[in-house]
Amino acid sequence: MAPLLQARELVQEFAVRGQGGGRGGVVHAVSGVSLDIASGETLSVVGETGSGKSTLARSIMHAPPPKSGEVVFQGTSMRALRGAALRDARRSMQMIFQDPYTSLDPLWSVSRIVAEPLHAAGMRDRGKRRQRVGELLEQVGLDISVHGPRRARELSGGQCQRVAIARALAASPALIIADEAVSSLDVLVQAQVLNLLEGLRTSLGLSYLFIAHDLALVKQVSDRVAVMYLGRLCETGPADEVYGNPRHPYTVELLDAVPRVEQAELGKRPAGELPAGVLSTAGEPASPVSPPSGCRFRTRCPRAQSRCAAETPALSAAAGAEPGHLVACHFPVTDHEITIKESGRSAS
Amino acid sequence: MGSPTGPTPPTVLEVRDLSVRFRPRGRDEVRAVSGLSYSVPAGRTVAIIGESGSGKTASSRAIMGLLPRSAQVSGSVALSGTELIGLSPRSLRRHRGQDVAMIFQDPARSLNPTMKVGPQIAEAVRAHQKVSRAEAKERAVELFKLVRLSAPAQRYDEYPHQLSGGMRQRVMIAMALSCSPKLLIADEATTALDVTTQAQIMRLLTELQERLGMAILMISHDLGLAACYADEVVVMYAGRTVERAPVRELFRNVRMPYTSALLGAVPRLDRAAHTPLPVVQGRPPDLSADLAGCPFAPRCPRAGEKCTDRQPPFAEHKPGHWYACWYPLPDGEER
Repeated sequence: MAPLLQARELVQEFAVRGQGGGRGGVVHAVSGVSLDIASGETLSVVGETGSGKSTLARSIMHAPPPKSGEVVFQGTSMRALRGAALRDARRSMQMIFQDPYTSLDPLWSVSRIVAEPLHAAGMRDRGKRRQRVGELLEQVGLDISVHGPRRARELSGGQCQRVAIARALAASPALIIADEAVSSLDVLVQAQVLNLLEGLRTSLGLSYLFIAHDLALVKQVSDRVAVMYLGRLCETGPADEVYGNPRHPYTVELLDAVPRVEQAELGKRPAGELPAGVLSTAGEPASPVSPPSGCRFRTRCPRAQSRCAAETPALSAAAGAEPGHLVACHFPVTDHEITIKESGRSAS
Repeated sequence: MGSPTGPTPPTVLEVRDLSVRFRPRGRDEVRAVSGLSYSVPAGRTVAIIGESGSGKTASSRAIMGLLPRSAQVSGSVALSGTELIGLSPRSLRRHRGQDVAMIFQDPARSLNPTMKVGPQIAEAVRAHQKVSRAEAKERAVELFKLVRLSAPAQRYDEYPHQLSGGMRQRVMIAMALSCSPKLLIADEATTALDVTTQAQIMRLLTELQERLGMAILMISHDLGLAACYADEVVVMYAGRTVERAPVRELFRNVRMPYTSALLGAVPRLDRAAHTPLPVVQGRPPDLSADLAGCPFAPRCPRAGEKCTDRQPPFAEHKPGHWYACWYPLPDGEER
C-alpha cells in the first residue's frame, strides 16, 4: 500500500536582509528532507527551536510550497495542484498549533469557529451545520449547549485546544499536523489531550505528524520518530528503536536532556554529575544562514572528526540496526547506556 | 553541597501561613493562596510544583512584594529573619535585588528591547551598589563570564533580539546575581526553553548555587524537573499545600492522590506507544467559592464522604513528610 504522505527531498529557503542594510543571506530552513507517513501512523519530528521542524510541516502543506522537492499526498503530487484542488488537498491536512488562545479568533463563538470549515466545505444548511458542530464538540469532550456560545477567553487552555481539534476534524482530514500542540498545557491537561488525540486516531483512522522539541512528550503517541537538526534529519526509525538504541549523538543529547522522575531516587546531583549538554562547551547552535559544511551537527558534536566537515553523512542504515532505523552520521553511537529499561522496571 | 542527611544549614526564607486574596472589582473574592508554609535553607533548592492557577506564582510574587495593590497578603515572610510583609515599598526595594532576586519564564519580555544587554546589568549593579560606571561595566562582564555567556565582552554591546532564548535567560540570571542575592526565585525559568537549553540552565544554576551558597526557590509545573534539581518539593493545589517532602521521600512514598496523579502524567521516556495515559478528569475548583472539604475531592479517585465535608489538616505524618489527605495512598514501604 502506498503511504498516505511521501515527502521527497524537500528544500525550503528564505532570503533575509542583513543588519543595518548590510548584505543579507539565505536561511537554509529545510535542506533535503524526505519522510513517509503511512495511513493510521503517527510520525513525530523532534528538534530544537530553529531546527526547521515547523517550516517542514508548512512545506508539506504547501503553505508556502517548498523551493524544491515533492510532496505526494494520497497518491497525488501537491506540485501539480492549483486553486480549488490545492485547497481541497490542504483541507485533508489540518494543523493544530501550540498557543491555544491565539490560534482561535477571540471575537468568534466556539460554535462559529467549528462551523466555519463546514461552511467553507460547502455545507450551506444551518441546521445540518449546527448538528455537525454538536457532534464534533462531543467528540472532543465539549458540550455545544455549554461551550458553544463561549469565546476563547472564557475557556481554559485545554478547552481551547479541544476546540482547535474540533475545528480541524470539521474538515474531515486524513492527516493532522500537531505543531507543539500540547507543549504549553499543564501536565494533567496534556495527558487528557494526548489521550483524546489517541482515541480519535483509532476511531477516525487518522494519521498524525507531531512536531515537538521534547522527546519525552511524544513517546506515548509515536510509531516512528525523526530527529531534525538545522534543516536536516539526523536519525529516523521506529520509535522503540530510536529511543532504546539511539545512534546519532544529537539524539543522545536530546534524550539525556529530558528531566527524569526516576532521578529523584538518587537525590539531587552535584553540578559536576549533571548532563552537560554538548552545547555548554561549544557555544550556541550554528546559524541556518551559514550552516557548517559536511555534517551540520559537527560544531556541537563530541565525536566530530575532520571527515565530518568534509563529507555530508547520508541518512542510511546503521550497522546492526533494525530495518527502517536510519542515521546520518559517520561515527554513530553504538554504546549509549540507556536507563529506560531500568526505570521501566522501577516504575511498574 | 550539604546532603539531605547532614545538619540543616541556616534558613534563608521562612514562609508562615501565607495567604493571598484578590478582590477583583464587581466580582467575588479569589483566594489565590491559603495558608502556605515552607522554608528554604541556604544552599538548598525547594521546588514549588503546581498547575496554572494553583497559586504558586502568586505566592512567589507575594514574597517579592510584586503583587498589585488589590491583593491582600497576610501571614509572614521572613528573609534571613527580616519580616517582609508590611514593609514600606522603599525598604522592600532595598531587599529586592540585594537579598532576593527573581528570574521569570520569558527572558525576552523581562529585558528592555531598546537597550543593550550589558548596560542593563550595569544599571542593576549601580542601583544597589555605590560603584563608578566603569566598575559597573567591569562587574557586568564578570557576571557574563560567571553565567558562561560566550564572548562576554562582545555580548555587552548587543541587544536582546540578537541573542537566543538560552542566552537571554543567561543574561537574566547575570542580572539576578548582580548583587549576590541570598535567595534566587526561578519562576518557570526554563519552561519556554528547549530541553537541551533547559538542561544547561539548570546545570548552571546548580553550579552557581554550589559556588555562591545561595538558596533557590524553584517554581514549576514540572515534577520531572523537581526530581532532578530540587532538595525538597512543595506541591500546591487550588492555593493550598497538599504535600511536602524531601525529594526522594516524595517520589518513593507519594501519599496524596493529587501528587500521584501529577506524577502519573509526567511525560516519560519509558512509556509504551499508544497506551492511554492515566488521567484525572475535571478541573481545579473555582477559588472564589467556599471550599468546605479537600479541594481535590471532586476529582479524587479515593475520595470518601468525609473529604467533601471537612478539610484534611496539613500535618507532618513522618519526619519531613507533610500531607493533607483523609485517605492517603499507602506508604511505599508498606506497599
